[in-house]
Amino acid sequence: MSVRLEGVEKSFGATRAVAGVDLEMPPGELVAILGPSGCGKTTLLRLIAGFEAPDAGRIVVDGETVAEAGGAFTAPEHRRIGMVFQDYALFPHLRVRANVAFGLARRSREQRESLTRRTLELVGLQHKADRYPHELSGGERQRVALARALAPEPALVLLDEPFSSLDATLRGDLRREVELILREAGATALLVTHDQEEALALADRLAVMREGRLVQVARPEEVYARPSGRWTAQFVGDVNVLSGIARGGGVETELGTVTLAAPAQGPVHVAVRPEQLELRRGHGTNAEVTAREFRGHDVLYRLRHEAGRTLIVQLPSLELFEVGTQVFVRPVEQAVAPVVD
Amino acid sequence: MGLTAVARGHKPRRHRLASLYDRWTFLTIALALLVAGPLVALPASFVTAPGALADFSALLPGAAQATVVLLLGVGAGTLVLGTGLAALIAFCEFPGRRWLEWGLVLPLAMPGYVFTLFALGLSDRLGWSWLDVRSTAGATAVFTLVLYPYVYLLARSAFLAQGGDLLEAARGLGLSRGRAIVKVAIPLARPAIVGGVALALMESLADFGTVNLLGLQTFTNAIYKVWYGAFDRDAALQLGTLLVSVTLTLLLLERLMRGRARYAGGGSPARAPEPVRLRGVAAVAAVAGPLALIGLVVLAPLAQLSVWSAQAIGNGTLAPEFATAARNSLLLAGMSIALVLGAAVLLAYGRRSGRPSRVSREAVGLATIGYGLPGSVVAVAVIVPLGWIDHRLDDVAGVGLLLTGTVIALFAAYVVRFLALAFQSVDSGLARVPRSLDEAARGLGSDRIDVLARVHVPLISTALLTGALLVFTEVMKELPATLLLRPLGGDTLAIAVWRATSESLYETAAMPALLIVLVGLLPVALLIRLSRRVPQR
Repeated sequence: MSVRLEGVEKSFGATRAVAGVDLEMPPGELVAILGPSGCGKTTLLRLIAGFEAPDAGRIVVDGETVAEAGGAFTAPEHRRIGMVFQDYALFPHLRVRANVAFGLARRSREQRESLTRRTLELVGLQHKADRYPHELSGGERQRVALARALAPEPALVLLDEPFSSLDATLRGDLRREVELILREAGATALLVTHDQEEALALADRLAVMREGRLVQVARPEEVYARPSGRWTAQFVGDVNVLSGIARGGGVETELGTVTLAAPAQGPVHVAVRPEQLELRRGHGTNAEVTAREFRGHDVLYRLRHEAGRTLIVQLPSLELFEVGTQVFVRPVEQAVAPVVD
Repeated sequence: MGLTAVARGHKPRRHRLASLYDRWTFLTIALALLVAGPLVALPASFVTAPGALADFSALLPGAAQATVVLLLGVGAGTLVLGTGLAALIAFCEFPGRRWLEWGLVLPLAMPGYVFTLFALGLSDRLGWSWLDVRSTAGATAVFTLVLYPYVYLLARSAFLAQGGDLLEAARGLGLSRGRAIVKVAIPLARPAIVGGVALALMESLADFGTVNLLGLQTFTNAIYKVWYGAFDRDAALQLGTLLVSVTLTLLLLERLMRGRARYAGGGSPARAPEPVRLRGVAAVAAVAGPLALIGLVVLAPLAQLSVWSAQAIGNGTLAPEFATAARNSLLLAGMSIALVLGAAVLLAYGRRSGRPSRVSREAVGLATIGYGLPGSVVAVAVIVPLGWIDHRLDDVAGVGLLLTGTVIALFAAYVVRFLALAFQSVDSGLARVPRSLDEAARGLGSDRIDVLARVHVPLISTALLTGALLVFTEVMKELPATLLLRPLGGDTLAIAVWRATSESLYETAAMPALLIVLVGLLPVALLIRLSRRVPQR
């Protein structure tokens, strides 16, 4: 294991920022901690980095206990953990090359030079090595920050909301680029974000965090398809929560029968994603289109169901429904819904 | 590419959890106690030697009266002169305004005792006997002329920060422009103005050279008399305590007012008020008045001191000790930079590296308390614990007086006196460095010292230079503490000026005085340069 957290807790005054977190990361894995602001995810990152000390629990990096409540504590500079900060925290008085080489001060000269050169090549910035940070674009600064964290070959790279200070158009491109760089470096990386789209697209595994606890740790498609509860379902993507009566492998809802992700019995709530619903015209109606958000490749409709519930439906933009249209809404045939409570 | 082919470095060092934040905090606290500790000797003297002041009770009413009269006079003088000039510069436009705006700051470089030397020289040498400088009125005039820039600077920036909207609103309500300034602008700037006056008063309270040369029996002069005339340490300490309580009151007033000034100035960057364009006689007066002031306080003394210096060199009356004094001054000032600035960096960085805790905040407050304390008081306060240690050392090792008779005592006094000055520069520099830089460097394997050396020091080099310059010139100018604590035969330029002036050897005093003023112009020039970067009107 590259990283192991065991029952880690941290409080600030009366606030329990981190309330007992367990997590294991094998080498080379990319994990995203996803949670709303204030859920304790940044504190968790700072605990791992060594900028905070845990009140309880244990943090093990690369087989070595770096922090244990009431016991060992390794200072951040001895943890072999690289960190990419939200504001990048590049040293403004140093050129790109010197920024990247900053963590290599104790290496031999040849090692320092070759590691700096290789890391700069890895992020594709060898031609900007003699620039100062203020002469770079936002995306380039991001890559320098990443290179600086990777250069000392850390056991773990931490990324704190790495894309939040970039504008939306840059974000997607850079996200892919950062992922490629991390994978090529073979780095074990833990990324903190509140952006579910980012987390879903980037991570090998997703750790959903709420009020200091990890409520679900699983692969992104698993978290999306089988959220551990109603809160997770709603936090990771849009969702319709329907009530119904479960009978083994299926559930009877007001929209019809839906296949269950896992067998259940009795009254339940199930989470049905907007893309798991479809609209029909002309076979009788059970809902009215009340709003439409055209997004190019797809369209998001808001419906009022005859039973009074508001529904969200996502459809490809091949066929458009006008606001006010009476429609028939039903689950698509392949829809599989998880029970959320 | 195999970046994961990990090169194993050193074995991680471990230490107890408790030491994570505390090592630097301890350092900060230790430093604070070291700096502020001696000041405990002041009030303690009332307990250890309750009757000490009785022998000198005759001094007290006179000292109190002289001090109060002086404070009232200087307060009124700097208030009127400083605010008036600030209003003229901030609200009017006339040819040469931009030059005068900064020229009016120049008197900051003129120590009171140097201007006193000039004034005494004029009245004695030129036979201008009507110029009765050796009087309360004379001292008030001297202090007002060299200290008004404190009020001027603070009032001016307060006026400019107010912006034109409020003035225009007042005029829309039917006030004339002049009435609007009096009714709106000046009351709004009151916190800044009172703060400036408090600073000027603190300076005149702390002054020793001017009052001594002019024969005014104020507190600082009384302390000197009791110390040097009667060698009564406890009485000097008690007089010092009385003086400090006045200073602390002023300091409190200044902090209170500054706090409110910050609150009042918290709006958006203000649009400058539309200036009144002065023409004809008004414009001539607006130029001539300030120009005459600068001429009187800076240019004329510089010219006269140059003439006297030339005469002294010509007729061989330049004291033979001059070279030694210059060397001593340069050495003391230079070494103080390292000492005071080093302490300031430790203090500021120590506070930064932990989490901002109440303890370290209090420690900083304690360590910087020496600011504004009169040099003579700091001197008598520092000598008590040092003397105690000295005697213990002597008892044990028989080494004689190691600390009190040497420059060590002097440096201790300088640290206590000027730490706040250096701290302010360093701290404002550090405040502009984001904390994530510290953490980024830590994560990359730097310990705290390494972070300081590789990240902070290069980033705050300007602030460090400013602090160094301030400490250097302040030590060059410093008179009372140096006078009381210097080792035998260790005269400085400031002491040379004071000694020669008190013996009416104005030509001998001129050369060292000239040097002090020229060095003093450096930080003023820096201040002007830095302020000019802020866009004007």
